[in-house]
Amino acid sequence: MLRVLLIFGALVAVIVGILGFRGHLGPGRPLMVFFDMDFQPKYQPQGQSAFFSDGRAQRTPPTGTVAFGGADFFGDAGAPTTNPDFLQADDVFYRGKEGETYVKRSPVSTDMPLLRTGRQQYGIYCAVCHGPSGRGNGILTEYGFVEIAKLTDPRVRSMPDGQIYHTIANGKGLMNGYGHQIPPAERWAVVAYVRALQWSQNASMDDVPTQFRAELEKGE
Amino acid sequence: MPSLLSEKTDRELRLQVGLAGVLFVALAIGVIWYYFTPKYARVGYRPEQPVPFSHEIHAGQLGLSCLYCHTHVDDSVFANVPATQTCMNCHAKIQANSPLLAEVRASYESGRPVRWKKIHQLPDYAYFNHAVHVQRGVSCISCHGKVNQMKVVFHAESLSMSWCLDCHRNPTPNLRPPSEVTNLDWQPPEGKTAAQVGLEIQERLLINPPETCQACHR
Ligand code: HEC
Ligand code: HEC
Ligand code: HEC
Ligand code: HEC
Ligand code: HEC
Repeated sequence: MLRVLLIFGALVAVIVGILGFRGHLGPGRPLMVFFDMDFQPKYQPQGQSAFFSDGRAQRTPPTGTVAFGGADFFGDAGAPTTNPDFLQADDVFYRGKEGETYVKRSPVSTDMPLLRTGRQQYGIYCAVCHGPSGRGNGILTEYGFVEIAKLTDPRVRSMPDGQIYHTIANGKGLMNGYGHQIPPAERWAVVAYVRALQWSQNASMDDVPTQFRAELEKGE
Repeated sequence: MPSLLSEKTDRELRLQVGLAGVLFVALAIGVIWYYFTPKYARVGYRPEQPVPFSHEIHAGQLGLSCLYCHTHVDDSVFANVPATQTCMNCHAKIQANSPLLAEVRASYESGRPVRWKKIHQLPDYAYFNHAVHVQRGVSCISCHGKVNQMKVVFHAESLSMSWCLDCHRNPTPNLRPPSEVTNLDWQPPEGKTAAQVGLEIQERLLINPPETCQACHR
């Protein structure tokens, strides 16, 4: 009887010794016994392709074409389209330019939801360098980024909206373009939020609604 | 013919064989239950990546939002793994000559992507959607663990069907305000438990996760 229990104990010890416990960290790929339909012959986002020579299933758009972003499914299928978004032909909205000059005012009307989107996007992408309030004191200044533009400077304050939009999309100087991360509508939201930041840093007491003045003065 | 074994030994042997049989079956069941389920097979999978990228530095120390790199995880099915261009936003200047980043620079020059190894992978017959979860207040931490403290990302949850359903049947403890989804250090406001906050959000947003097969197998 004891012998059986001893052999059993030894067996358990050997199995646990070889296979270890759950949650063990390591580079071993998860074991697959049955493949079922786990891997189907279809392309996944960011997946691999054996067909294209660079191994990518996702293609980069050929020059002279417009990436299709779900704006117009009928147009994509070849139907005549009247949707100006489809070809992204609206220079003011998509490039912030009218001919060669930057547009003075954003084509998107400013309201509270737009500013909220702008604040969120600004917090994600811009604040790391330009700082949460636009003074150019983001966290990356501690890691060797210098000469970060202060968005509250008169130089930026007097820029046309279109130029700020263009800088977000294509970058300027040391700053890379963020066009591949921020889509057009959200770039305009960031522009609106940057304007709000600039205004808030250069406001006088008269701009503050009366009910908040006392609070602000106490805070000083 | 006289019996080979005495009656006592015979009983003893029968007992031993019987016990050994029972123990062996129990062991087999135990091993399959413990080792052949995703909780063992997947959890802890931590492949060696081509670049020693650390979420602890970038998401923890620098406080970058998950969305800076995993763009559109809040409005699409798929959580993008960032393009090399995103790394070069900073690494064109920071640690510009670090040997650890040689792969990234080579990728930027040649236009060939860095070959990150995929860690979380559902079978192709299961449908999963990031946006429906992230927009409804399910945080990354519920499904990926404390990524902002990981030097190297590992598989933290089992991603099995029962794991999906456990939450779909009772999502309240995992819900938080949708604006705090990418803040992995979020704590419920003082005087409230996570379950209370979750219940409020569930009632406000009318959250009702599906349990029908065709929600995930479509
Ligand atoms: C600086 C860019 C960056 C930031 C910020 C970032 N990540 Fe990542 N993430 C990556 C890269 C690059 C990979 C692929 C390499 C790897 O797995 O380490 C990755 C991989 C992952 C994976 C594994 C994906 C897979 O293959 O299954 C998860 C999960 C993840 N990140 C979650 C997060 C969460 C949650 C946050 C926010 C706290 C975050 N990431 C912030 C760049 C980033
Ligand atoms: C917002 C800016 C930023 C982005 C974007 C960024 N990094 Fe970093 N990275 C840093 C900083 C800051 C450090 C820390 C440098 C230090 O500690 O001196 C760092 C450190 C590193 C290191 C360690 C380098 C060393 O020699 O110690 C690696 C590797 C790295 N990053 C890879 C990546 C990869 C891959 C990406 C793209 C997915 C990326 N980073 C995106 C800012 C960034
Ligand atoms: C409800 C659970 C859940 C939540 C919440 C969640 N993820 Fe995921 N994530 C998954 C699953 C499941 C996969 C595997 C998807 C697949 O293979 O199709 C995955 C895959 C990923 C990947 C690899 C790329 C991909 O899409 O397959 C990244 C990167 C990632 N998640 C990041 C994040 C980030 C960042 C967040 C928070 C904003 C987040 N996830 C929130 C469950 C979740
Ligand atoms: C931590 C909790 C949690 C986990 C884990 C989780 N879900 Fe969900 N799921 C939710 C919530 C919350 C909703 C949103 C319900 C709503 O909006 O009413 C949801 C909704 C969904 C939907 C509905 C989408 C639609 O079109 O209505 C699908 C599909 C889904 N989940 C799939 C999955 C799969 C597959 C997994 C496992 C890999 C998973 N979920 C894991 C909480 C979770
Ligand atoms: C919340 C999403 C969800 C729902 C609802 C759901 N499943 Fe699944 N199912 C999954 C996921 C995810 C997997 C893959 C699990 C894995 O890889 O470990 C899966 C796997 C399976 C498998 C394959 C198991 C295997 O290992 O081969 C079967 C069969 C299955 N589901 C049947 C069903 C049936 C029947 C229903 C309805 C009663 C159902 N599922 C409802 C998410 C779901």
